[in-house]
Amino acid sequence: MATVAISTYVFEPKDKVENFRGKQLLYIGWEDHLMYCAPLAFPFPGAMPFKAILEQVLPGCYGAHPDFARVDWSTVEWFKSGTSWHPDYDKSIAENGLGHKDVIRFRTPGLNGINGTCS
Amino acid sequence: MDMEASKKKLGLKERYNHLTRGLGWETTYQPMEKVFPYTRYEGIKIHDWDKWEDPFRLTMDAYWKYQGEKEKKLYAIIDAFAQNNGHLGVSDARYINTLKLFIQGVSPLEYMAHRGFAHVGRQFDGVSARIACQMQSVDELRHAQTQMHTVSNYNKYYNGMHSWRHWHDRVWYLSVPKSFFDDAMSAGPFEFVVAISFAFEYVLTNLLFVPFMSGAAYNGDMATVTFGFSAQSDESRHMTLGLEIIKFILEQDPGNVPIVQRWLDKWFWRGYKVLTLVSMMMDYMLPKKVMSWKEAWEIYGEQNGGALFNDLARYGIRKPKGWEQASIEKDHLSHQAWSTFYNYGAAALFHTWTPTDGEKDWLSAKYPDTFDKLYRPRFEHWEQQAKEGKRFYNGTLPMLCTTCQIPMFFTEPTDPTKICYRESDYKGDKYHFCSDHCKDIFDYEPEKYVQSWLPVHQIYQGNCFNPGVDPTVPGFDPLRAVLDYYHTNFGRDNFDFEGSEDQKNFARWHGDDAGGA
Ligand SMILES: [Fe+2]
Ligand SMILES: [Fe+2]
Repeated sequence: MATVAISTYVFEPKDKVENFRGKQLLYIGWEDHLMYCAPLAFPFPGAMPFKAILEQVLPGCYGAHPDFARVDWSTVEWFKSGTSWHPDYDKSIAENGLGHKDVIRFRTPGLNGINGTCS
Repeated sequence: MDMEASKKKLGLKERYNHLTRGLGWETTYQPMEKVFPYTRYEGIKIHDWDKWEDPFRLTMDAYWKYQGEKEKKLYAIIDAFAQNNGHLGVSDARYINTLKLFIQGVSPLEYMAHRGFAHVGRQFDGVSARIACQMQSVDELRHAQTQMHTVSNYNKYYNGMHSWRHWHDRVWYLSVPKSFFDDAMSAGPFEFVVAISFAFEYVLTNLLFVPFMSGAAYNGDMATVTFGFSAQSDESRHMTLGLEIIKFILEQDPGNVPIVQRWLDKWFWRGYKVLTLVSMMMDYMLPKKVMSWKEAWEIYGEQNGGALFNDLARYGIRKPKGWEQASIEKDHLSHQAWSTFYNYGAAALFHTWTPTDGEKDWLSAKYPDTFDKLYRPRFEHWEQQAKEGKRFYNGTLPMLCTTCQIPMFFTEPTDPTKICYRESDYKGDKYHFCSDHCKDIFDYEPEKYVQSWLPVHQIYQGNCFNPGVDPTVPGFDPLRAVLDYYHTNFGRDNFDFEGSEDQKNFARWHGDDAGGA
C-alpha cells in the first residue's frame, strides 16, 4: 500500500526528468559554509562538462563568501549522497554518473567558514 | 411528525438532543456505508457514535447569538483603530512584518480549516460529531474574515499584504503551510481531525496563536490583540473538541491505537515544521520580545505537552517520534530559519534584517550555548557587508525537503555544523528530506508525496512565469519573472528593511524625517 486511499491511487511524479525540458536536477552543498543556508538546486543538461560547474556556475553562486576565492579545486573532497566520490572534472555530468536529483557536496579542507564557525 | 401547536418551549438540553440525535437516522434506501463512504477505509473502527460527547452542547441559535455579540465588540474596536490611526502606535515598523507573515501564512489556513471542517462535518456517521465540525467550520470562516478585516487597516499603509490569497498557492515559503493543510485535507476524515483538531489545535496551538497575540500586545498592536481575544473562546472550544475526538477514537476500538499513534507521529512533525516560521518571528521579528522560542517550546511543548502524553499513556499512546528532536533543535531553529529568509530576502514578501546590538545580546542571553558560537559571527559578517554596501543575497534557489517543503537548512541532531540530508528511492526516482521524520512520512505514503508541488522544481520546469513570458530571450532574469508571477511589487514588498518604503513612511508619519536606524 503506497497510500491509504479509498481506491486505486497511482500518480505521475511531479518532478520526473521529462518535465525539466532537457535538463536534470543536481543539488550541490558546500560543507562547513552555512552562511549559504541550504544546498543549492540546479537544472543542468547531462552533457555539460563537470568543469563548467566549478568554473562558470559556482563562482556566481558562492563568490560572496570570503573563503570562496581561496578554494583549490584540486584538493576538494567530494561526496555523493553522503559517501566519498571522485568526479572527473573533464568529463560531463552524465559521464560522471550523476542522474536526475542526485545530491553532491564538497568540502574545502582548511576553509571552515567565517571565523572558523562553519558559517 | 406531530406539529401540535403551543407546546411548552423546549429547554436547551432538549433542543441539543433534537439537533444531535433527533435529526439523525439510519438510512434505508441506501446502505449507511454508501451515504458515508469515507469513514471506513482508514481502518478506524467506530462501534457506537452515541458515545461521542460534545462538552459544549451548543444549539445553533445559542451559537449565532454568542458569536454575534463577539463580532459587535470586535468591529467596534477595529473601527476605532482605523479612525485613530492605530497603526502608528506599534513599537516599530519592523513589527508590521509579523502581520505580513500572519496574513500570508496563517489566515489562508483558517480558510482551509473552514473548508476541511465543512467536509468532515458532512462525512462523519455520527450526528453530534457532524454538528461540532460544522460549528467549527463556521468559526474558521469567521477567523479568516476577522483577520482579513483587521489586517486590511495595515494594508492601506504598508507593503506585503495585498495579494495574500494569490500568494498562498504560489510563493516558495508559503508552500510550507499550504502543503501542510492540503496534506490533511486530502487525507480521510479521521486523519484530518487527528491532524488538525488534536495535533495542531490541541498540542501545538499555544505555540502558534499565543506568540502572535502576545507579540501583538507587547508591540502595541491592539487591533490584532482584539481579534485574538475574539477567537479565543472558539479556540478553547476547538481544543476541547480535539481532546474529545482523540479519546473517542481510542476508546472505540483497541485496533485504532496504532493508527492514531502513526498519525500523531506524522502530524506532530508536520505541525512543528510549520512552527519554524513562528520561532523566527519570536526571536528575530518582534521588536519587543515576549519570550524566546526555546522558552516557549520548554513551557508549551516539554511541560504541557509532556503532561498531556503522560495522560494519554493509559490508552497506549506515547509521545510523537519527533518530540526529542524538537527539544534538541530548540537552540538552533529560529537562527537557522531567519538566516534562510535573510539569504532569500529578495524573494520574500516581507522585509528581513540583521538583529541590532541589543537584540544580539538578548539572543546571547537566551541561547548561551549556541548564539555566540554559531550564529552571531554570521549576522555580524552580514551586518558588516551591508555597511559596505554589499548586502548579502543568495541568488540561487535552494534544495527543498519533499515532505515539509522547507529549504534543507536543518542541521544534524548530533552536529549543528552539518546539514541533515536524508533520501529515498521510489520507482526509479530520488527524493530528499530534511529529517528522518519527513523521510518516514514519505516512505509510508510515497504515492502521495511524489505529487508535491515543490516551488523550486516548479520554477525550473518553467511553470512559474506569467503567460507569454519567454525564458529563452537574452538577458532573461528568472528571479524577476517569478516575482512578477507572484504579483510582487518589486522593490517595495521585498528586500531588506533598511531603506524600505515601510521604514521611511513610518518614520515620516512620526515626524522623523531622518528616518531609518
Ligand atoms: Fe481558527
Ligand atoms: Fe522536511
